[in-house]
Amino acid sequence: MPTITFAKADLEKALGRSINEKILERISFLGMPVEHVDDKEIVIEVSPNRPDVLSLHGFSRAMRSFLGIKIGLQKYTAKPSSYKVIIDKQVQQVRPFTVCAVVKGLKLTDEKIRELIDLQEKVHITFGRNRKKIALGIYPLEKIKFPIRYTAKKPEDIEFFPLEINKKLTANQILALHPTGRKYAHLLEGQKLYPLFIDAKNQIMSMPPIINSNTVGKIDLQTKEVFIECSGFDFSYLSKSLNMIVAALIDMGGVAYQVTLQYVTKKVTPQLEPERMKLDPAYAEKILGVPLKPAQVKILLERMGFGYDGKTASIPSYRADILHPIDLVEDIAIAYGYENIPEKIPHVATIGKEDAAAVYENKIRDVLTGYGLLEVKNFSLTNKKEQQEMVLQNRPVLEIENAFSEEYSVLRRSFLPSLLATLKRNKHNEFPQHIFEIGTVFKDDCKEERRLCIALCNTDTDFTKIKQILDGLMQALNKPFVLEEAKDYASFINGRVAIVKVNNVNVAHIGEVHPQVLTNFELEMPVAVLEMNLELMK
Amino acid sequence: MGGTEDLLAKLHPLERKVLPFLHEGVSFEELVEKSKNKPVEVMRALQWMQNKGIIAIQEATKDVATLDKNGIDYAKRGLPETRFLKALTKKLSEQELAKKADLKKEEVNVCIGLLRRKNAITIQKENKKLVFALTPEGEKIKEHLPEQEFLRALPMPVDQLTSEERFIYTDFLKRKNIVKKETAKKISAHLTEMGRKIIKEKIHDDYIDKLDIDMLKSGSWRGKKFRSYDVLANVPKSYFGKKHFENEVIDYVKKIWLELGFQEMKGTMMQSAFWDLDCLFVPQDHPAREMQDTFYLKNRQYQFSKEEKELAKKIKAVHENGWQTGSKGWQSSWNEDTARKMLLRTHTTVLSAQTISKVQQLPAKFFSVGKVFRNEALDWKHSFEFYQVEGIVIDEHANLQHLKGYLREFYAKMGYDKIRMRPSHFPYTEPSLEVDVFHPVKKEWVELGGSGIFRPEVVKPLLGKDVPVLAWGLGLGRLFDYFDIKDIRDINRNDVKQLRSMKLWLK
Repeated sequence: MPTITFAKADLEKALGRSINEKILERISFLGMPVEHVDDKEIVIEVSPNRPDVLSLHGFSRAMRSFLGIKIGLQKYTAKPSSYKVIIDKQVQQVRPFTVCAVVKGLKLTDEKIRELIDLQEKVHITFGRNRKKIALGIYPLEKIKFPIRYTAKKPEDIEFFPLEINKKLTANQILALHPTGRKYAHLLEGQKLYPLFIDAKNQIMSMPPIINSNTVGKIDLQTKEVFIECSGFDFSYLSKSLNMIVAALIDMGGVAYQVTLQYVTKKVTPQLEPERMKLDPAYAEKILGVPLKPAQVKILLERMGFGYDGKTASIPSYRADILHPIDLVEDIAIAYGYENIPEKIPHVATIGKEDAAAVYENKIRDVLTGYGLLEVKNFSLTNKKEQQEMVLQNRPVLEIENAFSEEYSVLRRSFLPSLLATLKRNKHNEFPQHIFEIGTVFKDDCKEERRLCIALCNTDTDFTKIKQILDGLMQALNKPFVLEEAKDYASFINGRVAIVKVNNVNVAHIGEVHPQVLTNFELEMPVAVLEMNLELMK
Repeated sequence: MGGTEDLLAKLHPLERKVLPFLHEGVSFEELVEKSKNKPVEVMRALQWMQNKGIIAIQEATKDVATLDKNGIDYAKRGLPETRFLKALTKKLSEQELAKKADLKKEEVNVCIGLLRRKNAITIQKENKKLVFALTPEGEKIKEHLPEQEFLRALPMPVDQLTSEERFIYTDFLKRKNIVKKETAKKISAHLTEMGRKIIKEKIHDDYIDKLDIDMLKSGSWRGKKFRSYDVLANVPKSYFGKKHFENEVIDYVKKIWLELGFQEMKGTMMQSAFWDLDCLFVPQDHPAREMQDTFYLKNRQYQFSKEEKELAKKIKAVHENGWQTGSKGWQSSWNEDTARKMLLRTHTTVLSAQTISKVQQLPAKFFSVGKVFRNEALDWKHSFEFYQVEGIVIDEHANLQHLKGYLREFYAKMGYDKIRMRPSHFPYTEPSLEVDVFHPVKKEWVELGGSGIFRPEVVKPLLGKDVPVLAWGLGLGRLFDYFDIKDIRDINRNDVKQLRSMKLWLK
């Protein structure tokens, strides 16, 4: 989850309250746990569905209404203007949409610039899925000339000064050499044309989603007016992101202006009017389980920054997480306070039932622990070498596409290797070591199978010993069986391995492990094994 | 002190056999010989008697001259010089002699030097050959060569050798593998005050040691005394068979839900992204789907059944536009190939989704305790395989109060009295709720599990209607504290010693 770090003094100033234990607890009950707090700083975890609180201004806006300092829907507006961005059809294939805004009257300080850049980066990472879905650019208005064109060109035709570099680079040089270029180059992989913002003086402003121009795409303390663009693949998704940034800038004291976007049909952004959604107070009552009057629902929604007229909620244009009335209900619950909702176990008559296979497995555990065996539990993930080479087998195993290490890169097909590896790790411990495991094996056809595996290991271990346990177990489970000599079980000594058949179906095999296999596991003690398919035993 | 009477009753049969032969400073060998017991039995008896305060065992080491490899042979066949002398019944040449006495050339050479010094042989040259003959001195000593006598007398303590024997011994040490020096332990028993008393007592051997079947049948135990045991003595450890401690906790957790009327859900660990993520309204570009969080199977794709194909249409619509749920959906296109990827389930919530799609009658309550996988390297606090406690309540009348009630009950039964439930976020629940427990030792809130009410976008396509479904996916919790596990890897360490010594889950 993303975190945001505020200077404690800044947050206190923005809230108009001093940060005490009570306030910190309230922050947690807004659904944003306080990760760390000291005299200077406060670090807060933000749910990924609330990018609108990823800035000091956004966060304190939410907190002010939650604390009751300033509740209800806040009015944000953008004035009409003649600013225009023309969208060429070449970008359609690469990054089809942009939404834009202008904000004036800003008095930027170092802190505010840092907050803006930080917000931009956090939105990129979370809501923007590392710039894939959203790339944001902020430009000093005085350095660019309208109308702006959002277009796309061949990489070899692109050349400009990228941020933090005093040298003109081509598009491909930027992707190959510039640290930011290298980081995001994969987003343009395979594209014939790269997207560009170009102003009326034909200056390249940026190459989204990679980087801005160092000449016209960098704000500083002198910047009072900015142009903001947001590019990606989904118009409404982009609009939300733009609204978040614009609302934060308005909170900083700016005045927003709309920009006309010349697509095939004309569009205008930002649209800061609240969205409307129907909400029946009874729905909230039903989910929370507490009685709620419409007036109370109104107050609770206002505490979360919404408006409500008893039927319809007004949703701030920067909230991206309200997909369904249930999302409003959650906010009502948060405002009501999870801690204030009573706890109750309803009297609903349902009958508990354990899984039959799990019951059966526990019976087997009882028999085996009665024999003095010790249960072990190995991981499902293991490696090819252990599953095949070391036990002289070559059955195919399922591989993990993205394993973090070779040691755990396949799913286990057989239990024998796991138990032998367990014995290997226990060589220094007291014998006898008679162990068993019940678990799942994974087959090549993506089928799973529950298995039992027993390994006896002591100086006097032999076929008789494992057969005795098989006899006892099968008698306990009321499964008459016959044994059949087995051939071609390479992991076992030839002539000392048998198949166990129940109603003419192979359910298990037992045998003495081949000395070469024991040597492969560095074992110096005989081992006898039973491996049983529990699916066939039910 | 219990007196000699008590002590006599405690004597083990072996001790009773050895005791009559005890006297001050008696040697171990003497006791073995006289008691006619095996050395190991005598040793054990002595140790027990020492523990009982009857004797003190003294050990002294001693150098002993013993036969070496060739020495053993020479003791049987005779030393080369003995064989040399005995072969000389008449004058013989070197070859004749070597053959008759079965000597090697270099042995002959050694013998010549030796026997000439003893003045036992003469050497003459006849027909350009060396010819040997016995002297009278040789005739005299050939049957009683001191060297040969010495070999026969071995082993002997080095400090008991006469000056002549010592001379031979030193000489032999220079020759190849005839004798060697061994350090032997000399064990002797010395009587304590109690010991001196006890050897004067009459030793009864009619104490009963082991009560056997015959005695019980015949009643021969009547009127006899039983040997007393040292009941305070340590006994060797013996181990019982045992379930894995993690499974004990799992069984307990299962019992909690069964008692609350929940039915167990089961399902596979290999799942499609469709069931694990798409049916739970996790957007297809959600970070949790990325390679670094989820294990995908190589070259495997899920095949939809006929019913699943129908369901997939609804899931696509829910993601793209909310379908008939009243939601706006994620408003981005949904891709079937992404959904058909095979993975190791990232949560047991996948079982909840599958269960909802099949449930027949409401209200219904289900639970599972199952393994889940996260693509994380193994270290002391992270594992790629761990358990999740899952639960759902599908009930027209279910609400947040009930959710809080079930969670409170569960954690109380797990031994956590102080818990708090606060807002959180998961893509498939709304409202979402996180449970923190107050850790009594660390004195801080620790996150233990996520929960909430499934979104209509999850429930409606699966169930056909929008019914509140309470849902949770919790950690196993107490496992670590209760078993004093500091390192998550210790759960699957499978160390036999650790498993044997682990206390049981006593709930």
